[in-house]
Amino acid sequence: MIEATLDFLSAYSTLIALVGVNALLALSVWVTLYAGQLTLGNAAFMAVGAYVAALLERHLGTPFPLALACGAAVAALVAVPLGLTVFRLRGVYLAIATLAFGEVLRVILLATPITGGGQGLNGIPPTTELWHIYLSLAVVAYVLWRVQGATVGRAWAAVREDEIAAASQGIAVRRYKLAAFVAGALVAGWAGGLSAHITFSIEPNDFAFGKAVQILVFAVVGGIPNPLGPIFGAALFTALPELLRPLRDYRDIFQGLVLLAVIIYLPRGLVTVSQLRRTRRLQQIGAADVA
Amino acid sequence: MLLEALGLAKRFGGVHAVADVDLAVGDRQVIGLIGPNGAGKTTLVNLISGHLRADAGAIRLAGEDITRLAPHALTARGIARTFQGVRLFKGLSAFDNVLIGTHSRMRSDVVRRLWPRGVPDRADREQALSLLARIGLARRANALAGELAYGDQRRLEIARALASKPRLLILDEPAAGMNPTETAALRELMRALVSEGVAILLIEHDVRLVMGTCERVAVLNFGRKIAEGTPAEVQADPAVREAYLGAEVA
Amino acid sequence: MLEQLYNAIFIGSIYALFAVGFALVFSVLDILNLAHPTVFMLGAFAALFAIGTLGLPWYVAVPFAVVASGLFGIALDRIAFAPLRRRGAPPLSAMISSLAITLIVVRLVELRYGGDFITFPSGTVPSFLIRIGDATLEGVRLAIILLAVGLMAGLTFLVRQTQLGRDIRALAENPRAARILGVDVERAIAATFFISSALGGLAGVLLGFAYNSVDSKMGLPLELRAFTVMVVGGMGSLPGAVVGAYVLGLGEVASLVYLPAELRDAFAFGLLFLVLIVRPTGLFGQRATDRA
Repeated sequence: MIEATLDFLSAYSTLIALVGVNALLALSVWVTLYAGQLTLGNAAFMAVGAYVAALLERHLGTPFPLALACGAAVAALVAVPLGLTVFRLRGVYLAIATLAFGEVLRVILLATPITGGGQGLNGIPPTTELWHIYLSLAVVAYVLWRVQGATVGRAWAAVREDEIAAASQGIAVRRYKLAAFVAGALVAGWAGGLSAHITFSIEPNDFAFGKAVQILVFAVVGGIPNPLGPIFGAALFTALPELLRPLRDYRDIFQGLVLLAVIIYLPRGLVTVSQLRRTRRLQQIGAADVA
Repeated sequence: MLLEALGLAKRFGGVHAVADVDLAVGDRQVIGLIGPNGAGKTTLVNLISGHLRADAGAIRLAGEDITRLAPHALTARGIARTFQGVRLFKGLSAFDNVLIGTHSRMRSDVVRRLWPRGVPDRADREQALSLLARIGLARRANALAGELAYGDQRRLEIARALASKPRLLILDEPAAGMNPTETAALRELMRALVSEGVAILLIEHDVRLVMGTCERVAVLNFGRKIAEGTPAEVQADPAVREAYLGAEVA
Repeated sequence: MLEQLYNAIFIGSIYALFAVGFALVFSVLDILNLAHPTVFMLGAFAALFAIGTLGLPWYVAVPFAVVASGLFGIALDRIAFAPLRRRGAPPLSAMISSLAITLIVVRLVELRYGGDFITFPSGTVPSFLIRIGDATLEGVRLAIILLAVGLMAGLTFLVRQTQLGRDIRALAENPRAARILGVDVERAIAATFFISSALGGLAGVLLGFAYNSVDSKMGLPLELRAFTVMVVGGMGSLPGAVVGAYVLGLGEVASLVYLPAELRDAFAFGLLFLVLIVRPTGLFGQRATDRA
C-alpha cells in the first residue's frame, strides 16, 4: 500500500507540486478577494518572489528558506505602492489597475539585465520538495482560516460588504485594503520562490496576463466562502489537463466547457455546491461577492 | 459643548450643498435637524462624520479640532452614526454586524486567534448580544442582516452604532418606514440613551418625533440654516413654514 | 516621419474599431467582454475562409466576415452572458465565462487551421502603394483609415439619432427604467452585441489584410491595449475610446523611437496605470466607481 502510494507520488510528483503551488497562489488572491479587492497583480508578485529568491541563491549563496523569505518580503514591499495608490478604485477598474501594475513590474523585470532579460534565468537548483510546498500550503491555509474569525478578518469582511459603513465602525479602510494586498503579495512571492525551484528556469512570460487570470479563476471558481474553495479550484483546474489527457487536442475545449458550466451554474464557486440555498439567499439580498 | 461645527461649507461643482452652517450639540442633548428634501442635511452629517471633507469651516469635538479626521478616527473619538438608507453588512449575521461595531475598542487578536480555541474577547461578544437583546433581536442574532425586516434592519443599525460606546450618536432618518409602535419604541430608546450619557443629533422628517424628543431644532434650506430654537419656536417661525410650504399668500 | 505618422493613424484606427465595440458592451452591460479579442480573430478567419475555401472575392468576404462576427456576438451573449444576467451574478462572473468561451473558440480555430501564421492566397487581398515625396505608403491602410472614420461617424449617427440608439443609451443609463419605459431590452442587447462584434471582427479582417497574416492568437495583444484605450478615453465612453485609441497608436509609435523594444509594452501599461490613479474617469468618462 505504502509502496503504491510512493510510486504514484513519484510518477506524478511534478503535477502534485504544481497543484500545491497553484493552491498557494489561489490563496494569495483569496485574501484580497476576501477584503473585496479584485486583483490581477499576483502573477507579478509571484515573479518578484521567484526572481529574488533565485538571484539571492545564485549570487549570494543564500540558503533556501532565507531566499524564499526574502523573495516573499520583497514582493510584499513592492505591493505597498500598489495598495497605497489604488484604494479609491473598485471592481473592474481596480482589476485593470492591478493588472497594469503587474505588467509594468514584469516589463521592468524583462529590462533589468541581472534577471537575464527575455531569456530569464536558467539552471536554478531544484531544491523544492513536495513537503516544502504542502507544509507552506497547510500553514497558510490554517492561518487564513483562523484570520477569518479575528478582528482583521471581520474588518476585511466589513470592507467587502460596505466600505462607507465600515469606516463608520472605526475601521481604517485604506489600511486594511493595503494589508490585504500586502498579505496576498507575501503569499504569492513565497509561492513564486517555491515554483522557481521546481521548474529549473524562469522567464518573464511565465508570469504574464494569462497566469494572473488563471490564478483569479482558481480562486473565484473554487469559491470564496472559505480557504478551501481556492485550494479546490486550483487542484481541479491544474489536474484537469492531466485527467483529460486522453482527449489530447480537445483538452482546452473541455476545460473551457467545464469553466463555463461552473461559472454559469455556480457563480459563487464550486464549494458553494454544498450550501446552494444559503448562496442563493446571499445573492438575493445582494450581499457582497466580489466587487 | 460636545460638538461644535462653525461655518461649514461644501460645494459640489457649482452647487452649494452646505453654506456657512453653525451647529452645536451639548452633552446629553438631543438636537434635531430638519429641512425639506435636498436641504443639505445629509451632506452636513457626512461632513461631521468625516465622510466628506469640508471646503470651509471647522468642527470641534470636546474642544479638539476634528475637521480633517477620517471617519474611523472619529468613531474612535466617540462619534457614531446610522445612514439614511440603512448600510448594514448584508451578507453577515446580525450578531457580526454589531460585533464589528466594537471594532474601535477591540484589541488586535490575530495571534491569539491562531490558537485553535481562541475566541474574540468575551466582553465584546457579551456586549454585542446584550445590544441585540436591547433592540429585540436577540433571537435573530444569526440571521443574515440582509434578510431582516426593514424595521429590524434600522434597529440593528442603531445597535451597531451603539456598540462603539459613542458620546455622540447621529441618527439619519431613523424613523423612515417605521410604524407608530416602532417610532414610539425609538423615542423610548433615545430617552434611555440620553440618560446614559449619549448626546443625539437627529435628522428626521417625522415632525412629531422631532418635536417630542428634541430640546433644540435647527432648520436647513438650500444649504443654509434658516432657523434654530426650541421646537415650539421653530414651528412658529414663518421662514420655516415658507421653506416647507412655499411663500405665504398674503 | 510621415510614414510613422501614417502608421500610427492606421494602427490607431484598428484600435479604435476594436475598442469601440469593447466599450459599447461595457457601457451598456457593465461587463468586460474578454471574448472580444476572439471575435477579432474570428473575423479575420471568416474572411480567410470566405476567400480561401469559398473562393469569394475580397469585397464579398469582408461583409461576410462582418456579419458572421456580429452573429457570433449575439450567440456569445445568449450562451455566456444572458444566463448570468438572469441570476444577477456579479460582473466578474461574466468576465470568466467570456474567458471560457475564448478558450473553446481559439482551440477550435487551431484545430482547423493550426497555430501558425497563415497568409491569404496570393492576389486575393488588395494591395497598392502610394508615393508622397520620399515616403512610400501602403495604400490599403489609407482605405482602412477612411473606413474606420466613416464607421465611427455612422455609429455616432446610430447612437444619437435612431430609435435603436436611444434604446441602447437608455439601457446603458438605467436598465430597470428602460424596461419600464417600454424599451425592448432583449433587442437592444442583441443589437449591442451585434454591433460590437461586427466592428471587432471588421478590425480583425482589416488588420489581417493590412499585414496579410492571420493567426489564432492575433487577438491577444489587442486585448490588453483595449483596456488602456478604454481607461484613457473613459470607461464606457465611445468617443473616449476613439480618442484613446489614436492616443495609444501615436504614443506607441513614438515610444518605438525613444524606448527599446522590450519596454514598448510598458508604455501602454504605464499609461494605463497612471491614468487610473490620477484620473480614473479618463478623458470623457463619468463613473470611475460602481454605479451602486
